[in-house]
This record gives sequence, C-alpha cells and structure tokens, in this order.
Amino acid sequence: MTATTTGPTPTGPTPTGSATSGPATGCATGIDPAAQGLRENATFDRATIAAIRQAAQTGLYDIRGGGAKRRLPHFDDLLFLGASMSRYPLEGYRERCDTNVVIGQRFAKRPIQLDIPVTIAGMSFGSLSGQAKEALGRGASEVGTSTTTGDGGMTEEERGHSKTLVYQYLPSRYGMNPRHLRQADAIEVVLGQGAKPGGGGMLLGQKITERVAGMRTLPIGIDQRSACRHPDWTGPDDLRIKIAELREITDWEKPIYVKIGASRPYYDVALAIKAGADAIVLDGMQGGTAATQEVFIEHVGIPTLAAIPQAVDALQDAGLHREVQLIVSGGIRSGADVAKALALGADAVSIGTAALIALGDNDPALDAEYRKIGSAAGYYDDWQAGQDPAGITTQDPELSSRLDPVAAGHRLANLLRVMTMEAQIIARACGKAHLLRLEPEDLVALTIEAAAMARRPLAGTNWIPGEPSTPPSPPSSAPGQACP
Amino acid sequence: MTVRIDGPVGYYAAGMNQAAVVEITGHAGVGLAENMMSGLVHVTGSASQSAGATAHGGLLVIDGDAAARCGISMKGVSIVVGGNVGHMSAFMAQAGCLVICGDAGDGLGDSIYEAHIYVKGRTGQLGADCVEKPLRPEHISQLTELLTAAGRPEHPEEFRRYGSARQLYNFHVDHAFSY
Repeated sequence: MTATTTGPTPTGPTPTGSATSGPATGCATGIDPAAQGLRENATFDRATIAAIRQAAQTGLYDIRGGGAKRRLPHFDDLLFLGASMSRYPLEGYRERCDTNVVIGQRFAKRPIQLDIPVTIAGMSFGSLSGQAKEALGRGASEVGTSTTTGDGGMTEEERGHSKTLVYQYLPSRYGMNPRHLRQADAIEVVLGQGAKPGGGGMLLGQKITERVAGMRTLPIGIDQRSACRHPDWTGPDDLRIKIAELREITDWEKPIYVKIGASRPYYDVALAIKAGADAIVLDGMQGGTAATQEVFIEHVGIPTLAAIPQAVDALQDAGLHREVQLIVSGGIRSGADVAKALALGADAVSIGTAALIALGDNDPALDAEYRKIGSAAGYYDDWQAGQDPAGITTQDPELSSRLDPVAAGHRLANLLRVMTMEAQIIARACGKAHLLRLEPEDLVALTIEAAAMARRPLAGTNWIPGEPSTPPSPPSSAPGQACP
Repeated sequence: MTVRIDGPVGYYAAGMNQAAVVEITGHAGVGLAENMMSGLVHVTGSASQSAGATAHGGLLVIDGDAAARCGISMKGVSIVVGGNVGHMSAFMAQAGCLVICGDAGDGLGDSIYEAHIYVKGRTGQLGADCVEKPLRPEHISQLTELLTAAGRPEHPEEFRRYGSARQLYNFHVDHAFSY
C-alpha cells in the first residue's frame, strides 16, 4: 500500500503517506529514532497510524491492488525431503521429468493440454492494458500454457495471441456472449477470488475509458462495482443447470472450471464437484486483485497453504482427485511454490502477480516515476489508479504504449520456463519422473502453523498438530514412475 | 428460426438466444432468456426470478408476472411484462428498457445505470439511486414502440418513467449510507 491512493477516487500524495508504508527510512532529520531509544508501538505502528490519520482526514478507506501483504503461513514454511538412502533421485540434467498436464477430461470432449502446469490467472482487460493482455497471451503461448480473461470480456489482443484461452463467466457477465464462449478453449465460472471471497469486481472511474465502458456497457468514467453473486443462480443445484447450459452452448467441447476464493474450500469444492465442474480453481488470500478494499484483502479468506489440503480432501472424498483437476493460485512465485502446491495435491497452478512482475511491474528502473506518484519500485500497488508507469495496470494510451508486448511476453515466457525447471529440479531430487508424482510425503513443515495447515510433520519430528504421532510413512509411489 | 413450446419451461429457457423467435405457451422457470443477445422471446404465462438477466438485446415479452430480479444487470434488452414484477427488478440495470404494465416490488432499479424503466401501476420503495423522471416525447415514442411490439393494449401516457439519479456513479463518502 501507499497512502497516496486512499479510496475509490484518485487522490494525490498525502502528508502522512510517504513516511509510513513506503520506502522511507527513519525520520525527516535522518536520525534513526530507534537509535535514540525511542520504541515504535507494535500495535500502533507507523502504517497503522497513517491509516487512522488518513481515514480521519479523508473519510475514505484504502483501495489497492495486489493480495494480502501480511505475513502468512505459506509455501516458504515447507521443505522438500530430497531422496537419500530410502529413495533414489533422478539425474538432475539427464533423466526425464515430464511437466505436461491435462485439464478437463471429466466431461469435456476437448480437454486442455498444457505443456507446463503453470497457467496465467484471470485478469481483465480494463484492469490491464491491451498491451499487457497481449503480452500475457504471447508469453503463455510461447511455453504452451493457458491464459485467462477477466471481468471485462474477451479482447482480440488476448484471443489472438493466446493459443489456449480460458474465458471467465462472472457475475457481472460484462461482454458475455455465445460467440466468445465458443471461441474459448475452456470456461471458468467464477464464484470468488482469493483477495476478496464474497466480493465483486471493481474498476474505478479513471480506468473506465471509452473502450472499456463500451465492452462493459457502462457509462464512461464511473466507478464500476460489479455484482458479487451471479444474477441467475444461487446454489450448487442451480449451478449444475447453469453448467449444463454452458456445455450445451459449446457442444460439450469445453472444460468448465469453477473458481472459488479460499474460505471454506472443503465444502465449496465438494459442491463444485456436485455441480459438474471439470476443474476447480482455488485462489488463496495472497492472490492479487486489480482493485479491492485493503480491509477486504487483509481480513477475509484463508491462506493458500491452508486451503489446498481441504480442497484435496473434498476431491478425494468424492473419489475424483486427479480426475477433477485442482488449479491453485495465490502467492505462487517460483518453481518451489509450484512443486509444493503440486505435492500437496494440485494439478496445476496459476500466477497473476508474478506474471505482472515479469512483464515489468515494479521495475526498479522506474523507481523515479513511481516516486512521482507517491510510491516506489517494490511498493507499487495502486493498480486501481491507472497511473502505472510500466504501462500494465493502466488504460492511459501514453502509459500503456510503453509496454512492448513482444518483449514483455518473452520475459513472462522466461519466468514460466524458470519456474518449470525449478520445479523439475525439486521433483528429480525427490525421485519423480513427472511433476505430478510429487506427493505430500515429500514435504515437511518448518513451523507449527504450517504443519497444522498443510498437515505435514514439523521438520525433524513426526508430529502433525491435531493428529496422533505416527512413524514416517513409506513412499506411496515407486521412484521414477511416470505420470499417466 | 422459430421455436414454439406448448407448456411450461424450466431454467434458462431461451438463454443466450440469438436471432431466434421463441414462443412459450405457459410459464417459465428461473433465468428466462438470460443473456439474450437478439431475437424475440414471448411467454404467455409468468416467469420466475431473474428473467432477462444480463440480456444484451432482443425483446422479451412476459404476458403474466415476473418474479424477483427481473432484468437484473440487463445490458440492452427490452423487456415488457404484462403483470407485476418482484423485488429488486432492474437491479444494476445497465442499458435497455423494462416496461412493467402492473406493479413493481420494492427495490426497483437499485443501483441502476442507464436503463429505462416504465411502470404503469404502483411501485414499492425505489432502490438506491433510482428516481422518477419526466416522461418526455422520446420516451412516449419508445414506449409506444415497445408496447406495440409486445401486443399490449396499454397507452404510453399511463406510465411513469424511472431511471438513475447518477448520484452513486462515483463513490463519495457522503453517500456511504445511501446503499
């Protein structure tokens, strides 16, 4: 957060903002208060003081982009147990470790075939520039994975440059039409988003340009606050009929995903399965958003790490784990995160924030420009404001023209390749010839919280909080076994 | 293409209809003609909730009543209801026309954008930012056209017009308790 964009209407820098949550160090005199023996209040720290002052001065709450910033139990709190005496590893640079994944074979006639298990999460044209959407399509296609539309319809930039495109079906239904449904490779019925489970989309007036407004049938310049519920169904029984309608329109070809924000993943996944989903997209609270209230981002939903085991439980209880694919998003940054999500039971992951960073978001080379708008490289999260100097989260033609979709797409492809190779390095070390052979038994936890959430033993023990202690379990698959 | 159905229909009948004429002799379930793009859907009976939801174009005619949320998030469709509509009809209606020959339930036009609502009968409590507006000649003309197309006997002058006050288009703290 920067305190410079303090609510639904764009505002300039405020006196309290720059010295609180941004990159400022110490006080204006350059003397470190702590060195003088002054003690900051842990409860009322500087960011908290700034937020209170800002609310009092402006009457506005903070809206920003990105996901939860607070420290949460996450994949960093897990470690892999590499092979040793009891398991043998695969040669890191020589032996095969496959990465392909198939999504949607439960009911769809044409399941999605991905070369890597890292996909691009749903992000709208409107929240992102046309150039950014094109770059996402180019990058994903270069490495054989999919990208996803968002709350604003399908653009030519994205469809034209995405080999595999997932079309989101959202409560707002902006731009929704049967032609685009048929042009898509898969359909994602969006119930929620990790940054704001229970909340609708938001796009503030400064980004509602003529083109965006036209695509969404909205007046130019209004603050768009989308519906949080679908307008024509209210529960899983209705959703089952809705999914049948979507299948009928698309001749039963397209996989139908159901996306949920992580809050009650066991029940949500169980009900999505019941409703006939081919795949589940599970978005944890670290998952980003283009614009949402800070209080929503930080205080609603559960961490990705906590959500995965519950979702896997629901799939296993239904006897459909690996038949209904689980795609996990929310804070995926590296191949280690990919490997850990897959080991916990996911079939693929999605990246959003990491993809934007690959395109150029928060580029240190733009630090001076970020500072002009009250932020700094590494801190910029005012994605709602439309002033992005990197040309990504903006509809300003001058700013968006700064982003070269070809070069940015290639950077994204590089990131996707690196993430995949990193995951392969780990998988081979665990003796797995396919990334999907990674399993919970390969993991231990570094913290009690992570042990309890991921249900993996605390490192060096066989203790899983809430479960009776048991001896280490034998591997459930033969080393080197390939995935079907 | 013309599709005729004798008897009631269930969920999402004529959903996403494009160009076709769909005639239903009977009642319709949830989401009648949802997201319709064009064409004509005519129901001789009543329709359940969310009739015409998010529909972009075409004409939806319901001779009987429509339940709650008729025309929710409508995006350009024209809807003519011969009877009453339930609560929260035209909620977040973006564009198009909702003509109600009977009464409208509470919350009519809540958070409405640029859609037009015409009501002949009574309205309950209007939704947030929905207000009565003058019925000018261009609205009479529009209403005449829609009533004629729907085969309705009502006269345009009998209707009142409702639309957006446009006070909530951009958030302002002074409006925080208007929602």
